[in-house]
Amino acid sequence: MEPIYLDHAATTPVHPEVVKEMIPVLEHTFGNPSSVHHFGRQARKILDESRQVIAESIGANEKEIVYTSGGTEADNMALIGVARKRQNEGKHIITTSIEHHATLRTAEYLEKEGFEVTYLPVDETGRISVEDVKNHLREDTILVSIMYVNNEVGTIQPVQEIGELLKEHSAYFHTDAVQAFGTLPIDVNELGVDLLSVSAHKIYGPKGIGFLYVREGIMLQALQHGGEQERKRRAGTENTAAVKGFQKAVELIGQERKARNHKYSAFKKHFLQTLEEQEVNFSINGDEQNSVSSIVNISFPGTNVESLLTNFDLSGIAASSGSACTAGSVEPSHVLSEMYSSRDERTTNSIRFSFGNANDEEQMGRSAKKVAKIVHRLT
Amino acid sequence: MKKEPKDTRVVVGMSGGVDSSVAALLLKQQGYDVVGIFMKNWDDTDEFGVCTATEDFEDVVRVCNQLDIPYYSVNFEKQYWDKVFTYFLDEYKAGRTPNPDVMCNKEIKFKAFLDHALSLGADYLATGHYARVRERNGQFEMLRGVDNNKDQTYFLNQLSQDVLSKVMFPLGEMDKKEVREIAKENNLATATKKDSTGICFIGERNFKEFLSEYLPAQPGKMKTLTGEVKGDHDGLMYYTIGQRHGLGIGGSGEPWFVIGKNLEDNVLYVGQGYHNDHLYSDALEATDINWILPGELNEPFTCTAKFRYRQQDSKVTVYPMENGDIRVEFAEPQRAITPGQAVVFYEGDVCLGGATIDRVIKNEKYIQHLA
Repeated sequence: MEPIYLDHAATTPVHPEVVKEMIPVLEHTFGNPSSVHHFGRQARKILDESRQVIAESIGANEKEIVYTSGGTEADNMALIGVARKRQNEGKHIITTSIEHHATLRTAEYLEKEGFEVTYLPVDETGRISVEDVKNHLREDTILVSIMYVNNEVGTIQPVQEIGELLKEHSAYFHTDAVQAFGTLPIDVNELGVDLLSVSAHKIYGPKGIGFLYVREGIMLQALQHGGEQERKRRAGTENTAAVKGFQKAVELIGQERKARNHKYSAFKKHFLQTLEEQEVNFSINGDEQNSVSSIVNISFPGTNVESLLTNFDLSGIAASSGSACTAGSVEPSHVLSEMYSSRDERTTNSIRFSFGNANDEEQMGRSAKKVAKIVHRLT
Repeated sequence: MKKEPKDTRVVVGMSGGVDSSVAALLLKQQGYDVVGIFMKNWDDTDEFGVCTATEDFEDVVRVCNQLDIPYYSVNFEKQYWDKVFTYFLDEYKAGRTPNPDVMCNKEIKFKAFLDHALSLGADYLATGHYARVRERNGQFEMLRGVDNNKDQTYFLNQLSQDVLSKVMFPLGEMDKKEVREIAKENNLATATKKDSTGICFIGERNFKEFLSEYLPAQPGKMKTLTGEVKGDHDGLMYYTIGQRHGLGIGGSGEPWFVIGKNLEDNVLYVGQGYHNDHLYSDALEATDINWILPGELNEPFTCTAKFRYRQQDSKVTVYPMENGDIRVEFAEPQRAITPGQAVVFYEGDVCLGGATIDRVIKNEKYIQHLA
């Protein structure tokens, strides 16, 4: 039996229309976009068109888009690039304790480099408070980095309010929008963000491509050297075919975002309803009202993550939890530890299910019944 | 009704070594529904956030992909610490020489890990141990591995009927040489990987250094049994009975050996000659007895025994004691019997069970310097 994919927050299958756009580029447009000849210009044209489409999708102009290899690089570029550029103005950075590791580990790295980082706490729903941001702002704060949607529990952060608050402050405002892009409408001016990270493979695009939005006038210190690409902000020959696919994935969001959200909400509802009908003992981590439609993080009291995930996979259900250590074993989720405390048993018995285009309604009932059977057997 | 192999799920405990890799391969070839699982029992994450278990897990991944079987990892760090490492330290504190492998098999591999495997719907747990299980009249016997040199029943002496009924040892009928050959023929990623040595959580590290991180070392005097001071020792826990190396006693005559310990006075007893008379005993008392076949021991019986891994068997007579422990009398005097180690009993190839050596006896008296 075909396994059921409930891990869209980890990555998504590439949309067939995206594949269709990429293949001709792979087949024919091999030129180096920096080359000063016919072949180079053909490739360059693709980059520029895509940049236009992507910029428009977030209310930006094309100069403000820096292609990266994905979300992790975009986050690294935002934090390190700003910190190094502004280190003479200040050394204080504010972020949250529930960021993706791409941000958290980078912030820790910057601490070792001599920067001071404040990690804001979250409440039980996984939200930070705007008041907290305000209270921790200092004269020497150079950057505030707060994710838009949490990747483990789906909670939406008050990004717009923080953007409003920071209008009065010289600190730049970065948001990791990797999980938000595609689900929430994003306009960088309405949100008041200066930097914003996006990844293509979370939105049915290819892996290995993403972008960092950098508001015009903001200077970053480049992390990579050896070429003039991306206005000297990111050296390295661009991945033309991936960029083309990214463009298509973004265009599809423009057309389908509302319909997708509607569909994913229905999936989530169906899945949870079936769990209830099967009399599974569970609780939802995070904030049901204030979260994206595609992610639900569920605690199953009396179980443990490793046993659940292994059982799920052996029964053909792909889900996930926290992050794996290099030896493959599952580490307790830092997000749930911050929400509840590291001793809370929800940190070791919770699973993230994330819905998307690889799913249909029939799978929801079937997968929830399998989950129910496993949870009943283990408890 | 016995299930067909294809309907029989076997979880293989995979360490990333050649033995468990071949065990998985053989089961896969026999048509079982094989699942590979790596156990992480020890947190040795270094300053870069890398655990050395990573390399071993990488090998598990490579082999499982070659075999086209699913692989997972499970973390028993807490259970290992509570059940094995705590015991390990306690025994050293008590001046004894523990056997963490026996305890790991009893409490982790064939308990916590077996439970985990069963929770995954497994019918059997398989490992790469060199041992055999034989079902006879509804009872399960454990036999030595055919490769006498690799036989691991010594470490498995605490397994129960219940456990053996759910265990498979696919390498039991094979020589290590054959196992290596099969690995090579099948191009397994681990075919030429070196066998691991030493205690798993210490690995290749210096044993003394490792132990000193957890137990305070109390240096003291090295003396002969007649009280002559021969030098200083670094801490009693660093020495085991019969040990020759690391004493640093020079001079003429035969080499010096550890012949005992006095925990109260923190004295390490030493004596000259491999066959020093003080190293020899003629009986022992043992506790934590496990008989693999069900039933009580009421009458004395004669069998063979091993007091250390890879030792030749010796003839013994086992006597039940009133307190439930056993007394084991040797047909020939035995050298360097060490409290804390296992005594394991055999009848031919059948492993009868085992116990932990508690006290050592000579001429009907406990040898004080050994206990």
